Amino acid sequence: MWYFLSDEAHSRRRIHFISLYGTVEPFISKLGTEKNMSRRKNVMASKNCTRVLSVALSLLLILFFSVSAQSQQKVIKIGAVYPLTGNIASTGLDCKRGVDLAVDIINGKYDLDLPLAKSAGLPNLGGAKIEMVYADTKGDPKNGMSEAERLITSENVVAMLGAYQSAVTKTASQITERLRIPYVCSDSSSPTLTERGFKYFFRVSPHDDIFARDQFQFLKDLEKKTGQAVHNIAVLYENTEFGSNAGKAYKKYAAEFGYKVVADITYTANATDVTSEVGKLIVSKPDVLMHASYITDAILFTKTFKEMGFQPKGIMTMAGYIEPGYLPSVKADGNYIIVRSTFALDLAKKKPLIGKVNALFKKKYGIDMSENAARSFMAPFVLAEAINRAKSTAPEAIVKALHETDIPGSQTIYPWKGIKFDPQTNQNIYARGTLVQILNQEYVTIWPFDSASKPVVWPFPAWKGR
Amino acid sequence: MPDQLLQQLADGLLIGLMYSLIAIGLTLIWGVMNIVNFAHGEFLMLGMFTSFWLFTLYGIDPIFSIPICFVLMFVMGMLIYRFIVSKVMKGPMLAQLVVTFGLSIFIANLAVYFWTPDFRLLPPTMLQGTWQIGGVALSIPKVAASLGSVIASVCMFFFLKRTKTGKAILATEMDREAALLMGINTERINSLSFGIGAALVGVAGAFLSTYYYIYPQVGGLFGTIAFCVVALGGFGSIEGAFIAGILVGLAQTLGGFYFDPSYKYAIVFMIYLITIWIRPQGLMGW
Repeated sequence: MWYFLSDEAHSRRRIHFISLYGTVEPFISKLGTEKNMSRRKNVMASKNCTRVLSVALSLLLILFFSVSAQSQQKVIKIGAVYPLTGNIASTGLDCKRGVDLAVDIINGKYDLDLPLAKSAGLPNLGGAKIEMVYADTKGDPKNGMSEAERLITSENVVAMLGAYQSAVTKTASQITERLRIPYVCSDSSSPTLTERGFKYFFRVSPHDDIFARDQFQFLKDLEKKTGQAVHNIAVLYENTEFGSNAGKAYKKYAAEFGYKVVADITYTANATDVTSEVGKLIVSKPDVLMHASYITDAILFTKTFKEMGFQPKGIMTMAGYIEPGYLPSVKADGNYIIVRSTFALDLAKKKPLIGKVNALFKKKYGIDMSENAARSFMAPFVLAEAINRAKSTAPEAIVKALHETDIPGSQTIYPWKGIKFDPQTNQNIYARGTLVQILNQEYVTIWPFDSASKPVVWPFPAWKGR
Repeated sequence: MPDQLLQQLADGLLIGLMYSLIAIGLTLIWGVMNIVNFAHGEFLMLGMFTSFWLFTLYGIDPIFSIPICFVLMFVMGMLIYRFIVSKVMKGPMLAQLVVTFGLSIFIANLAVYFWTPDFRLLPPTMLQGTWQIGGVALSIPKVAASLGSVIASVCMFFFLKRTKTGKAILATEMDREAALLMGINTERINSLSFGIGAALVGVAGAFLSTYYYIYPQVGGLFGTIAFCVVALGGFGSIEGAFIAGILVGLAQTLGGFYFDPSYKYAIVFMIYLITIWIRPQGLMGW
């Protein structure tokens, strides 16, 4: 239908007028304009001999540029696919910012406790620099596939990163698997990605299954710590790929951890009104609500919870509630809601590295690092560190090195024990989520309790008298 | 349990009256001109943004910006009719379809361009809070919007039935050629109806902005439901749209509550399908 032309109705920015030709193959396009300019001059001169001469000259120029590019210091090309235009372009750009900053740190000399930060380039490969080659997926799995293939076959990248959306990562990694190119992903969260038995696909970041498990682990920890019992859980999730898988994970772990699911509600994210959903929740009287949502429904539910006075002991959520557009919309009504996260700026108090990286980020882009940028930030380090140890860019050597990766938690910007891949699934065994609670309209880390910067507010304070 | 039943009934009625108000403008435009205004949802969005900006920039409370929305959207509707729609009225049916369709995409994208695709919510305005009556919580902005919807519908009803201009609109709706022969300037009636249709949905937008989030694509969903309401109530019928709006609202909340919320829109459209199967002209259509 015409209204749903822009289908990612749930992402914050949908239609963008920015086109980003410049980001893809900047080198070649630069040569193209060089050529065009000299051609235009010819027309003005309108003499045959000058035309021939300048064509020859521009050809020479091209030759000169390409030769000089080749004679430069050795570069290692890494490909990355992201949605740089289209519905969720703002998210794709956010991820790209994280990757670009990481590459700056690897290629330059920085006094940071990150892999390869202190040296310029990769020391074991004669100081070779990392060069990113980006391709635009427009958020479409088809493009993810074809662009990954193009990057590998015509750009000769030695490894791949990206693509944020799990569905796109899924197809792009099918190509890298077939062409035997290592793929390090740190921004897609669908559990199935690392359950396919792929040999060349590695994931640094946690997935939704881990996030769901974490939320139940938090409940157990909380019961132990405060002595407040939780018995009943309501599970609420939107009914597409992301929500239904998250809902499945919620139900699985509820059974495993011994909680009773008193309401299991699916809904369509694009709704005018959610009173019937909230009515069902109120009737089921849960102790805790677990909600997997996108942004529009997160806003609508928050308002309706307040209006109808839905009052569980805790509201634990995924995704929608941490989108940059959520808090500016609901303001103080978002307070005390708990969201899953991999990163929060307040972790800097416990881990100064985060503050330093955020300062660099802010200097480069003028904004604070978001969760998206922070997740994508780590993949280039993992790859470059492995290539450096492998002392080679041969795919098999990189994969072997990735299997031996053992980066300590202190060299990451997350509260993890480190990065080490499971030999079977290639999922980072140390990846875990954190939980943040919205306190005074800010995301504050509250779990794991040893990384918390403030104690959790529990139970959820009454709507009235706030 | 009875509390929740009452709660769902009340909320169904409130959201239903909002649907009625949105649909009345659409049904008027359809009835008079036989034009399907695909841009109706986008008009709603413009109404919401007008109210939002009047509040943000000038501190005018949405309740006072309702008349401003009415006037602005009325003028905009007239202009759109005069410069765009009237040009294709003489053209083939398909051109009429495509022009409002194109207009809807154009307006939505223009809104993205000027106002970014971000979500906005008005801070608490004069209309805020909830009334607790027994076990039922009534949101005050929704109650106000529903009252507004009832008032607007009654006004429209009397305007059409009692005033000379209103009667001229009805006459045009019934038979354009006969109306022309009776000396009615149907061109003027057309532009007037388009203006009133846009103004009514502008008012709906101003009310909606007090409790719903505002973003450029917001018209999509409400627009689709408005079409369903118009078809259910009977094309061109104000009373039909009013009743059908309430029906759709109730079907949505009660259906969602007693069955599965993810099917609530399916239930709405099923009721529509059953109705047109029994009465193809809709509830009050002729």
